[in-house]
Amino acid sequence: MAEIEIRNVYKIFGQNTAQTIELAKQGLDKATILAKTGSNMGLADVSLKVASGRIFVIMGLSGSGKSTLVRHLNRLIEPSSGEILFDGQNILTLNPRDLRAFRMRRVSMVFQSFGLMPHYTVLQNAGYGLTVRGEPHAQVRDIAMKWIETVGLKGYENKFPFELSGGMKQRVGLARALAADTDVILMDEAFSALDPLIRAEMQDQLIELQRTLAKTIVFITHDLDEALRIGSEIAILRDGRLVQVDTPGAILRNPANDYVARFVQRHANHALAHD
Amino acid sequence: MFPESLQLSIRSPINDWVEAVVINHGATFKAISNAILQVVLLVESVLRGLPWWTVIIVFVALAWASTRKIVFCAIVGVMMVAVGVLGLWDLTMQTLALMLVATLVSVLIGLPIGILCAKNRIARTITLPVLDVMQTMPSFVYLIPVLMLFGLGKVPAILATVVYAVPPLIRLTDLGIRQVDAEVVEAATAFGTAPARLLFGVELPLATPTIMAGLNQTVMMALSMVVVASMIGARGLGEQVLNGIQTLDVGRGLEAGIGIVILAIVLDRIMQGFGRSRLEEARNG
Ligand SMILES: Nc1ncnc2c1ncn2[C@@H]1O[C@H](COP(=O)(O)OP(=O)(O)O)[C@@H](O)[C@H]1O
Ligand SMILES: [Mg+2]
Repeated sequence: MAEIEIRNVYKIFGQNTAQTIELAKQGLDKATILAKTGSNMGLADVSLKVASGRIFVIMGLSGSGKSTLVRHLNRLIEPSSGEILFDGQNILTLNPRDLRAFRMRRVSMVFQSFGLMPHYTVLQNAGYGLTVRGEPHAQVRDIAMKWIETVGLKGYENKFPFELSGGMKQRVGLARALAADTDVILMDEAFSALDPLIRAEMQDQLIELQRTLAKTIVFITHDLDEALRIGSEIAILRDGRLVQVDTPGAILRNPANDYVARFVQRHANHALAHD
Repeated sequence: MFPESLQLSIRSPINDWVEAVVINHGATFKAISNAILQVVLLVESVLRGLPWWTVIIVFVALAWASTRKIVFCAIVGVMMVAVGVLGLWDLTMQTLALMLVATLVSVLIGLPIGILCAKNRIARTITLPVLDVMQTMPSFVYLIPVLMLFGLGKVPAILATVVYAVPPLIRLTDLGIRQVDAEVVEAATAFGTAPARLLFGVELPLATPTIMAGLNQTVMMALSMVVVASMIGARGLGEQVLNGIQTLDVGRGLEAGIGIVILAIVLDRIMQGFGRSRLEEARNG
């Protein structure tokens, strides 16, 4: 069980972060700030709560800061200012050793371009989190095998990543995160490389997992249908700022502004076309 | 004429410094020198003690392991036999022993420095210009301090060779590590990988093709140093070339030159083979 809270997180890529944050606080937008300071505003004043045992979806156009935001949750990226709380504990204060333990046991991640070790087999990749944690070899094997089967890659366990298609690699990345058995799983466009059939299957599996194992899942997607299908809550980012955080129903009914409305509009058209 | 009052010589301070180092740290240099000498003598006695055909078999086996091409193996075999036929066997083994030890020392020095450069921006900013100087400085210049610190003989020859040959290994180790796919490193980090495991389990294995390319260059540069190094006491093919030059014995010099070229080709191709097979794996991943 894990509840995540982000408080007033700013992330500036570039120099003079303090000064740039001031500009961001005045409400200047990303393009203006870039023109003024040369710094890239990754995130500005992001605060949100991810309820324990839910699937929390983050949406937004490319470059809106989704990957940046999710990387704050396991400190792959350090915020320029702000707080990140896991069950009330500020993870920014963890020392390197505790941070490693935190990453081993509390949170795992699926990467947009997979991040598989090219020199490890599918089995070794899937068991990577457990190996790092120092679990006994036989146990790593069994657990990794189980998840390889679950994601439908049985028979590929001794292949290397370069022998797999993009969708298969993505499933290895998924198996690796699931095998680590952490309370929280961060998924950065984890299903984007899958073809529609497997994608729907994986979505069902994810919902199932979240239901049975009460995982907290932070899920990034481009796809509104996917977001509506699996999300308990949806956050919409634009140019580093949160524009709306709501349940799927509320977002469909009351889009906070034009940007959100455009996201939703497409879905409405889509739904009409299907009727 | 440039006015004499404005001239400044750095000659005597440097000489004083080298002298002071020799006086104060003589024992340290002696110990290092001894350790290296023991290794050289061991390698040399093994290479010269082994029957010639054993050495050739080892070379052919390495050629096979690196390229899996029968033609290449045959060429390597023929070239090594040619070395023997030209009467250069013993000299070649001496040179090979020096090369192996120089390479070993280069790896021991170059790999850690390369890793440090990849991990630490300050270390890189300091090291890279130093490498430039090391590579552009005429090699004769650092023969002198090496000579003062270590005297004449095999060890100073090796050390001078290392100074000349180590830069590409450092550069390409640094480059290889920094080129490892950022998301792979990120993924390893995200699962709680400790720095040592990240380095030895992920970064170095993935940087191996690049590091091998650097090692290959290091070996080639070391080989190009053998003639110069023979001026301060390296035996082997280089000395033979030097003798040829000094006595105007063109034939003798050329013979030994051919030996050096053969050694260069054989080592280069074998090492490239090893580098390539790994490279292909990494590319596809
Ligand atoms: N390491 C970095 N250095 C500089 N700018 C970055 C870096 N990472 C991300 N950014 C910038 O931050 C913004 C958000 O990027 P990202 O989080 O990857 O977006 P998304 O995942 O939503 O497509 C982009 O403008 C991007 O250029
Ligand atoms: Mg992204």
